[in-house]
Amino acid sequence: MMHGHESRRRALLERGFHALCLGAVLLPLGLLALLVGDVLVDAAPRLSWDFLTSYPSRRAAQAGILPGLVGSLYLIGLTAAIALPLGVGAALYLEEYGKRGWLARLIEVNIANLAGVPSIIYGLLGLELFVRALGMGRSLLAGACTMALLILPIVIMASREALRTVPNTVREGAYALGATHWQVVRQVVLPLAFPGILTGAILSVSRAIGEAAPLIVVGALTYIAFLPRGIDSPFTALPIQIFNWVSRPQEAFMVNAAAGIVVLLATLLLLNGLAIYLRNRLQRRRYW
Amino acid sequence: MAQARQRAGTLREQIIERALLGSGVISVVTTAAILAVLAVETVAFFREVPLSRFLADTQWTPLFADKHFGIWPLLFGTLLTSAIAIAVALPFGLLAAIYLSELAPDRVRRLLKPLLEVLAGVPTIVYGYFALVVVTPLLQRVVPGLAGFNALSPGIVMGVMIIPMISSLSEDALHAVPMTVKEGAYALGAGRLETLFRVTIPSAFSGITASVVLAISRAIGETMIVAIAAGQQPRFTLDPRVPIETMTAYIVQISLGDTPRGTIEYRTIFVVGAALFLMTFAMNLFSQRMARRFRKGDG
Amino acid sequence: MLNGSVSPALPGAALRGATLADEAALPRETAESKLSVQGLSAWFGDQRVLHDIDLEIRPRQVTAIIGPSGCGKSTLIRCLNRMHELVPGARREGQVLLDGEDIHARSVDPVLLRRRVGMVFQKPNPFPTMSIRDNVLAGLRLTHRLRRQDQDAVVEGALRQAALWDEVSDRLGEPGIGLSGGQQQRLCIARALAVEPEVLLMDEPCSALDPIATARIEDLVHSLRDAYTIVIVTHNMQQAARVSQRTVFLLMGELVEEGETSRLFTSPGDRRTEDYITGKFG
Repeated sequence: MMHGHESRRRALLERGFHALCLGAVLLPLGLLALLVGDVLVDAAPRLSWDFLTSYPSRRAAQAGILPGLVGSLYLIGLTAAIALPLGVGAALYLEEYGKRGWLARLIEVNIANLAGVPSIIYGLLGLELFVRALGMGRSLLAGACTMALLILPIVIMASREALRTVPNTVREGAYALGATHWQVVRQVVLPLAFPGILTGAILSVSRAIGEAAPLIVVGALTYIAFLPRGIDSPFTALPIQIFNWVSRPQEAFMVNAAAGIVVLLATLLLLNGLAIYLRNRLQRRRYW
Repeated sequence: MAQARQRAGTLREQIIERALLGSGVISVVTTAAILAVLAVETVAFFREVPLSRFLADTQWTPLFADKHFGIWPLLFGTLLTSAIAIAVALPFGLLAAIYLSELAPDRVRRLLKPLLEVLAGVPTIVYGYFALVVVTPLLQRVVPGLAGFNALSPGIVMGVMIIPMISSLSEDALHAVPMTVKEGAYALGAGRLETLFRVTIPSAFSGITASVVLAISRAIGETMIVAIAAGQQPRFTLDPRVPIETMTAYIVQISLGDTPRGTIEYRTIFVVGAALFLMTFAMNLFSQRMARRFRKGDG
Repeated sequence: MLNGSVSPALPGAALRGATLADEAALPRETAESKLSVQGLSAWFGDQRVLHDIDLEIRPRQVTAIIGPSGCGKSTLIRCLNRMHELVPGARREGQVLLDGEDIHARSVDPVLLRRRVGMVFQKPNPFPTMSIRDNVLAGLRLTHRLRRQDQDAVVEGALRQAALWDEVSDRLGEPGIGLSGGQQQRLCIARALAVEPEVLLMDEPCSALDPIATARIEDLVHSLRDAYTIVIVTHNMQQAARVSQRTVFLLMGELVEEGETSRLFTSPGDRRTEDYITGKFG
């Protein structure tokens, strides 16, 4: 008695369920493909070199994304300059120095919680702290500081992961040669962890590029007809410009919004591709 | 000579360690700053508007002449869109997790899992555009009375965005159920589906719950998708077809305007922000507690 | 007392013919055989773990499988209830017959097979989210809808058979994992017995337990052997000697010798068996 209707029914149910689960994976992916395809189609009429090099205008056909693109590039450059040293430093402290202490635990708990705070809250923080209290005004610097705080938890977590891949035996070998703590870290651990840290850095920066909410609160302008003149200058960013166009009732601006999205996605792809390429290239230099 | 160098070296080491510690402490300072900023403005707000009005009024009209400060319309807007998002993400995320963890051959899994992660990496403004320009018109053909701005469309799109949160973490949870437990079920004559539903999933339950709560928290805090596609009309309703406003979209709305500092209208964004923070913070704590319970192996 | 003329290692039937000469009267393949293993070989990927095993398991007896670690004992019994094939990359050739029926036939549902051939594992594995009561009923719930009073009867019956009833009858609602190691293992045995299998496979059931718990499980096996066909894998020779009526010695995936337990331990036919039993290796 090892056969029967029950077996057949069960086999059918299993196969059906398998198909259902596979569908659950493929359907969202299909939607994503639809999304990208739609954006590309919508953007087509406006995608041109002219779009990339013009300033916004009241006339959709002439409105371009130059300030947004340049603003974003300045912004993430400045953000990275602030967030990376701080983030890697914090990761170094947690992994190499303070491992067991209560302070390290406190920092860890904070990072875990900060990673889950909605990005717009960071905007509120930036508004009160950087724009008002520290008097930076609605400037590139205020925006960069806000974004730096936003991506700091990600940088820290990614850097910690990278530091953890360095085997302890390597550290011990360096100590045994008489190196000080910092010498071990700087000359042995950091170079080995570098590919992972770099990848994490690029990925957190690419996350920053797509963020709009905190920048809106901090005061990125949605209509700007000049390029940032310095870190204390007003600024805009790619997603802000896109948001501005999407909010307009006229159809023509939707096309611009789509084109802006294409530029944003292309930038993201480039960044992620760079991260993967660098990681592979740097990884090959390892011999264990 | 060597001694002096050694002492300087030790001093240098100490300075470096302090500097690194300082970097770490920034995160503590950030949390403190967030709490301070929200608290200061919230307290100032409640000096003018009693808490009872905030909690009892069902209208939110801080910018009108006749000002109402009831949080409910914004709260409902947030909860409605988030509920729709979870209604989409939970079944898809869970089934996807089951597929990746239990059913997929290894090569397929290695291809599909990172692809699903891409969903989480798309900037939310792109999703917002999609919700407004593609999903809403599509749904309007199917849902009678669906307005151009509504809760349904961004809700669904948000749901798609958070699928990877549920699927990845649930997959880890399912994968962590020990093989011996599953073998115990097979040896009793359980088929794959019975083992999955009666043994594997219950054993992974707290891990799965942690992922779902985290996803809800993410949906509640989402800004751009709802700012673009849900509307700017705070409304005390649970009807997904009409324009509403979420807590996050309200903050955006005010920020785009010219509200001067120190006014009650300015303060409202911090009060709403504080409410938002409390909600997401509570959920994140709960999710962490669930994750800890799962790691301890209590199923 | 060892056989003076121990022959050099000869695989398979020839050797068994020589050592079981006094039992040649027993027919080989009859209804007397509950499980019949014929030419069974097993692989994990490219690694061959079992070599051409021929074996008859007699009904309502305890058959012990002994041998050094890694000799394939677990793989052998896992082939008997088709658990071996659950491992990715696992492969098998040869036949296993249950009551004369090929368990690997295409028309056979392994799920149904496993309800006739139950298994207890090395490390106790009660279902972590279930109470003691639910653990016992777990197997049954898959196939039957039982009324409440029938469920209670089954739970008590199985737990009594597993010699666990007296210890847990007042706390059936508590989680199964709250019990001690030995109790958990008896719970797993109760769970397996509740399904009313014909054969019970036990894969080193005592190796994770302390001596007292081990002794209780051995008593349990003793009490079960008139009702069930039991195949027990053990690395503990004394246990095999205490508990079984027939013993099989496996070495590096080959069946070296098989026979009545007392005879195999006192006068083994094969040199390798003798070496293993006297502790020259293993």
